[in-house]
Amino acid sequence: MSELAHGTGSHLPAAEVPEMELPHPHGWWSTYVFSQDAKVIGIQYSFTALAIGSVALVLSWLMRLQLGFPGTFSFIDPQAYLQFITMHGMIMVVYLLTALFLGGFGNYLIPLMLGARDMVFPFVNMLSYWVYLLAVLVLVASFFVPGGPTGAGWTLYPPQAILSGTPGREWGIVLMLLSLCLFIVGFTMGGLNYVVTVLQARTRGMTLMRMPLTIWGIFTATVMALLAFPALFVGAVMMLLDRLLGTSFFMPTLVEMGQQLRYGGGSPILFQHLFWFFGHPEVYIVALPAFGIVSDLISTHARRNIFGYRMMVWAIVVIGALSFVVWAHHMYVSGMNPWFGFFFATTTLIIAIPTAIKVYNWLLTLWRGNIHLNTPMLFALGFIVTFVNGGLTGLFLGNVVVDVPLSDTMFVVAHFHMVMGVAPVMVIFGGIYHWYPKVTGRMLGETMGRIHFWITFLGAYAIFFPMHYLGLLGMPRRYHEIGETSFVPESAHDLNAFISVMALVVGAAQILFLFNLFWSLRRGREAGPNPWRATTLEWQTPETPPGHGNWGRELPVVYRWAYDYAVPGAADDFVPQNQKLPPPLHVARGEATA
Amino acid sequence: MTAALIFVLVAVGSVVFHLLSPWWWTPIASNWDYIDATITITFWITGIVFVAVVLFMAYCVFRFRARAGRRAAFEPENKRLEVWLTVATALGVAAMLAPGLFVWSRFISVPADATEVEIVGQQWRWSYRLPGADGRLGAVETRLINPENPLGLVRDDAAGQDDIIIEAENLHLPIGRPVKVLLRSIDVLHNFYVPEFRAKMDMIPGSVTYFWFTPTRTGTFEVLCAELCGAGHAVMRGRVVVQTEAEHHAWLQGQRSFAQLAERR
Ligand code: HEM
Ligand SMILES: [Cu+2]
Ligand SMILES: [Cu+2]
Repeated sequence: MSELAHGTGSHLPAAEVPEMELPHPHGWWSTYVFSQDAKVIGIQYSFTALAIGSVALVLSWLMRLQLGFPGTFSFIDPQAYLQFITMHGMIMVVYLLTALFLGGFGNYLIPLMLGARDMVFPFVNMLSYWVYLLAVLVLVASFFVPGGPTGAGWTLYPPQAILSGTPGREWGIVLMLLSLCLFIVGFTMGGLNYVVTVLQARTRGMTLMRMPLTIWGIFTATVMALLAFPALFVGAVMMLLDRLLGTSFFMPTLVEMGQQLRYGGGSPILFQHLFWFFGHPEVYIVALPAFGIVSDLISTHARRNIFGYRMMVWAIVVIGALSFVVWAHHMYVSGMNPWFGFFFATTTLIIAIPTAIKVYNWLLTLWRGNIHLNTPMLFALGFIVTFVNGGLTGLFLGNVVVDVPLSDTMFVVAHFHMVMGVAPVMVIFGGIYHWYPKVTGRMLGETMGRIHFWITFLGAYAIFFPMHYLGLLGMPRRYHEIGETSFVPESAHDLNAFISVMALVVGAAQILFLFNLFWSLRRGREAGPNPWRATTLEWQTPETPPGHGNWGRELPVVYRWAYDYAVPGAADDFVPQNQKLPPPLHVARGEATA
Repeated sequence: MTAALIFVLVAVGSVVFHLLSPWWWTPIASNWDYIDATITITFWITGIVFVAVVLFMAYCVFRFRARAGRRAAFEPENKRLEVWLTVATALGVAAMLAPGLFVWSRFISVPADATEVEIVGQQWRWSYRLPGADGRLGAVETRLINPENPLGLVRDDAAGQDDIIIEAENLHLPIGRPVKVLLRSIDVLHNFYVPEFRAKMDMIPGSVTYFWFTPTRTGTFEVLCAELCGAGHAVMRGRVVVQTEAEHHAWLQGQRSFAQLAERR
């Protein structure tokens, strides 16, 4: 511990922080639109992600209306339902969560938390956003083309995805694949930036083991994304070739509606391997930034050092590495060689161990803390409940033989919504409530925030907790209606209606959140530079919101880790990372940690 | 205070819901009660962990809530506690994984005396093929599929002539005899799923997949498709009738073989 908490920056090899030439904006366009300032890019990413995320939210209402009250809404036919789930799922996972955590939070926080002036490649960073926006526009365009968007499910499994039994076979699937390719190109530009910035642009004294966990989470997730997305990229390109040029990468000999097609020799399972080699790490690409951010929220609002910082860092890195050897747990019933089951079940359940360590450490950070139930803290607590719930049902689905009856049922839908839908969204909200004061200089309305939290948390829990039991009963996923089915009791339909009503309530609460975002921009309480009395560097900027270049004339120098809360002997209950303490306190602390 | 109470209610409410839920797995009709047992073990372990975590969290929120003059304890690490927790978790994980892998090894070891039955999926219906008196299924090729030969049997394979072809009709199986189902698709992915049997597996065009089970209860069970296969996915239904050996024999008599069907055409 000692080198973490004690070292004085001057004794450490200084991280290289040469003064960099920043591209200075001239005029309105280059300040607010074609900006190369990571903070502006972060805000652009966040807004775009939230906007397209709202589309996915509206789609979820439509799906729930159909499931809760089948037959009532004539415009939702089976095709439309499949299109809705596909667009909803893909938007939520890729265009909302990935973009918001890495493009949004990553851009805004990495330079600020590391004491850098900006990302190392500002121009490429700007380009990254514009390519992402283009990807979003191409995706949205697929709602307006003949045949509509693809209804292949967010997993896009061939051969179905490019055959005519699936809606959106003409244009929708092509636009979807193109849009994914664009997204990956855009992400790669941003991702290289985040990685190089973390490795090269930390300020003096900011060693890797002093970085806030937020940065560790975002950094590891970015490295993973750079390794995982290429698999999706080649999968998408190959499927585009199959669809447009008639190649047969994923297409075996097949007969469609009595017609022999010209395909032959390809392997549908190959696509599944490529997809999940991306898809499983993707879960953690979303989860790791959430882990990092929630650690910082908990520590700050419980006024207590994060418990077991080194374990937390190692857990992030180990989870990141292991998540590349578990992908086929999504394919237990895909018909792959059943012997793989032993390997992938074992690796999958092993991941539970570092993940559990993280949960314990969050709890032990609360233990003996001084917990302020501010809105960000409430969301962090909501995250713990939903993440633990979803993580535990992961132990069902990861344990190969248990997955056999449960796979492709509503149990899976409930599981992944808890663990990678609700839980990361809790962190996103918590993060927005936490950092909004830095971004705008004003606090978000606290009462509105609490109402937003309780409705969202309890509502989402009421949606997804009971849903597991429908899956246990045997209700399959991706059914626009279950209809007359021998084993489904009448009460299951009532439960479905209840879930749908809750979904609408939760949706309505998000309108309150949006209102709060805009209302507080003018009416919010003045925040000051450091309203939460936090230690990390972004709260120590000379201006709030931080100006171009972040730090005025001199970069901050870091003397300590990010979690010096309630340090014995210190007058305040927090010591900012860039503050040097008078010597006697080191002694006091030495005793406390010996 | 209120917050802590609500979190307690979430934990308690989840347990109460679990105990009272009228939605539960269907009464089993196959030998895979091992799987149900593994799920039960998993429910116990994970349920205890969930309740413990949420209650502990609620306790902290209540006990360590901010008060004037209070300060958090400064304790960056506690090696012993961390090691202890890691070991306990590893044991819990092993307690679920071990039975899981044991049952999986059964799941993938087909008994030698299992009867083979072929199930063919296509948009959006099920067809079946049973071996005739020779006990063997004849060769098939997707390229040979046409209206006269809907399952693509190779015309001059002797083993295929007595194969019984069942189209647009229910599959019948005798109770108590292990069946190895061979799964095939002629267009897109499907998944043969009967909730009461617990087992399921994808069907892939171009390959043959399989699973095995022994029906243990007579009755009629609904077949669903559990892998998205296009617009008709939700209506791709069928039925499996499990009956006594005698009833099954009688039913078999009424079915036609590949050769008989070819003659008729
Ligand atoms: C209140 C919020 C939400 C509601 C009510 C909701 C509802 C639904 C529904 C009804 C389905 C289709 C289930 C089926 O028939 O198979 C679905 C699928 C899905 N949702 Fe959500 N969802 C919500 C939020 C999210 C979030 C935040 C994510 C982010 C990870 C997400 C990711 C997905 C994915 C990946 C699918 C699968 C799509 C597919 O089967 O191809 N959802 N959701
Ligand atoms: Cu996974
Ligand atoms: Cu299907």
